[in-house]
Amino acid sequence: MSVFVNKNSKVIFQGFTGEHATFHAQDAMSIGTHVVGGVTPGKGGSTHLGLPVFDTVAEAVAATGADVSAVFVPPPFNADALMEAIDAGIKVVVTIADGVPIHDMIRLQRYRVGKDAILIGPNTPGIITPGECKVGIMPSHIYQKGKVGIVSRSGTLNYEATEQMLALGLGISTSVGIGGDPINGTDFVTVLKAFEADPETEIVVMIGEIGGPQEVAAARWAKENMKKPVVGFVAGLAAPPGRRMGHAGAIIASEADTASAKMDAMEALGLYVARNPAHIGQTVLRAMQEQGITP
Amino acid sequence: MNIHEYQAKELLKSYGVPTPIGGVAYSDAQAAQVAEEIGGERWVVKAQIHAGGRGKAGGVKVVDTIEAVRKTTDSLIGTHLVTHQTGPEGSVVQRVWIEQASQIKKEYYLGLVIDRGTQRITIIASSEGGMDIEEVAKATPEKIIKEVVDPAIGLRDFQCRKVATAIGLKGKLMPQAVKLIKSLYRCLRDRDALQAEINPLAVVTLGEEEKLMVLDAKFNFDDNALYRQKAITEMRDLAEEDPKEVEASGHGLNYIALDGNIGCIVNGAGLAMASLDAITLHGGRPANFLDVGGGASPEKVTNACRIVLEDPNVKAILVNIFAGINRCDWIALGLIQACNALQIKVPLIVRLAGTNVEEGRKILAESGLKFITAENLDAAAAKAVAIVKG
Repeated sequence: MSVFVNKNSKVIFQGFTGEHATFHAQDAMSIGTHVVGGVTPGKGGSTHLGLPVFDTVAEAVAATGADVSAVFVPPPFNADALMEAIDAGIKVVVTIADGVPIHDMIRLQRYRVGKDAILIGPNTPGIITPGECKVGIMPSHIYQKGKVGIVSRSGTLNYEATEQMLALGLGISTSVGIGGDPINGTDFVTVLKAFEADPETEIVVMIGEIGGPQEVAAARWAKENMKKPVVGFVAGLAAPPGRRMGHAGAIIASEADTASAKMDAMEALGLYVARNPAHIGQTVLRAMQEQGITP
Repeated sequence: MNIHEYQAKELLKSYGVPTPIGGVAYSDAQAAQVAEEIGGERWVVKAQIHAGGRGKAGGVKVVDTIEAVRKTTDSLIGTHLVTHQTGPEGSVVQRVWIEQASQIKKEYYLGLVIDRGTQRITIIASSEGGMDIEEVAKATPEKIIKEVVDPAIGLRDFQCRKVATAIGLKGKLMPQAVKLIKSLYRCLRDRDALQAEINPLAVVTLGEEEKLMVLDAKFNFDDNALYRQKAITEMRDLAEEDPKEVEASGHGLNYIALDGNIGCIVNGAGLAMASLDAITLHGGRPANFLDVGGGASPEKVTNACRIVLEDPNVKAILVNIFAGINRCDWIALGLIQACNALQIKVPLIVRLAGTNVEEGRKILAESGLKFITAENLDAAAAKAVAIVKG
């Protein structure tokens, strides 16, 4: 099973022949990802990494049966590339770009209404099901197969938590980065829902940051709908109000946006909360022990 | 990116939104000339800085002679205006906006924001204008009107009529309100703005007539869309921004100064925030937030070190890199390059993990330079705090 992507996923890369796409396509294949080709407009008919290159996503889908796309298209053209993927029938679209204009995302989210494609990102490290499928830019060697589902806004903080768990012998069922922008294709709740339904996931880690209502909304959803335990962390305890901390979405605009307010709310809703970013791994281990889940 | 009030009013005017007749002035003589040209009997002289709270800070004055316009401008230009939003140093007033004083009958609030919950543009309006809208929302939430716009359909007339009616803009004022709200929406969408705030939107009397008019306006634009907004980009006022943050962004670095003594160089905003948190939880104080981003070259790392070290309070630097799209070997080369080029005197605590970590650690170990290495985030933060505390 796992969440959103697995060993049966047929992956294409949009912006296939670019430097980062090339590097991460190779890395993805090295862990067993079934990459079936790529799209670079104008280079259709050629081959790259021994795989076919197409001019359009529609052609790529028709020729390869691809159902997942890793979108490495630069921000100005990103939203268009995402619509192209959805239009072509891709089921899971993952977009890495950092800097997609927000009005493009507003239109894109409207475009998705009534369509069943899952969009992950933008501004995300992507998604990985260890040993089966990587669609993104994360360092795949730290992701070992296990029982923990992890979902985060930040990429590097996802790596941090994963490495802490790895050091304690805890592996990952699937890791999903929802991205650091104010408007994400997929929110925390959608991913929690998928983890709750996934038999390979036994516990979930949710890593948020300052700004926006998503973390608390997700914690509330978890309390009402989940049987699996959830561990939460929110970065930005030391962040000053009104300053955007790198991510477009990470800004304290009101009292509810602060890291402590969000973690207090999570705790009140029954989540396990790691108050220190260096303690995420050990908090997961403690939660597993308390819940009788064998690591 | 933010702009000044006068720029916001000129922008709105180009969308057919009524604003008072006025002009910008950079000197007292120019201010007197502007007042002469626009005519009238009373004028408002408004200091132009990005921060809010200008009125309470003495940056907005109503005067009734040309000589008073001149004197007021003279007293404002060059001063550091301190408001609740500027910080203790204040912002230097470089220019003033002079406009005809309006006969205000009633003030309203009108804002357009991108709501993160609905992921759509949302109109926020209130009959309680001229006040802090957050305060109104807290004290009297029923006086805040919200209307969400479907991006595929755009803002419809009936939605504007709903908003106008709800805040009490009736009769001849209603069609004016509809036109104004639609123009503001068009402006926000066409110009890639994240937020537009009109406070106050006022009903003013011109002789017998009543007219809706924008008396103050604030815009915030999407930095990620500036590549396609040339006219907006030209409005950027670098004097309003922190020079170090501007310099850092020129090198593709995201830097925010804080008031502690442990400099931070991290990749990724989330890990950067978490590093500040870890330092704080160990009892230390971070000197800055710095995200080197993805694909950091040795040059970028050198620039990051230089910018962090320009802060004289920095007693140690914590480098925390968890490479995904980055490469630890490049980061290591950058640190060595920085040590040699900048003759760094403060201790460097380095934690490397992720892509090419072995190569990175090897490069540091063989460099002959004194790096204090740490295996994980907790150890790195603990070491940095211990060193600074001596």
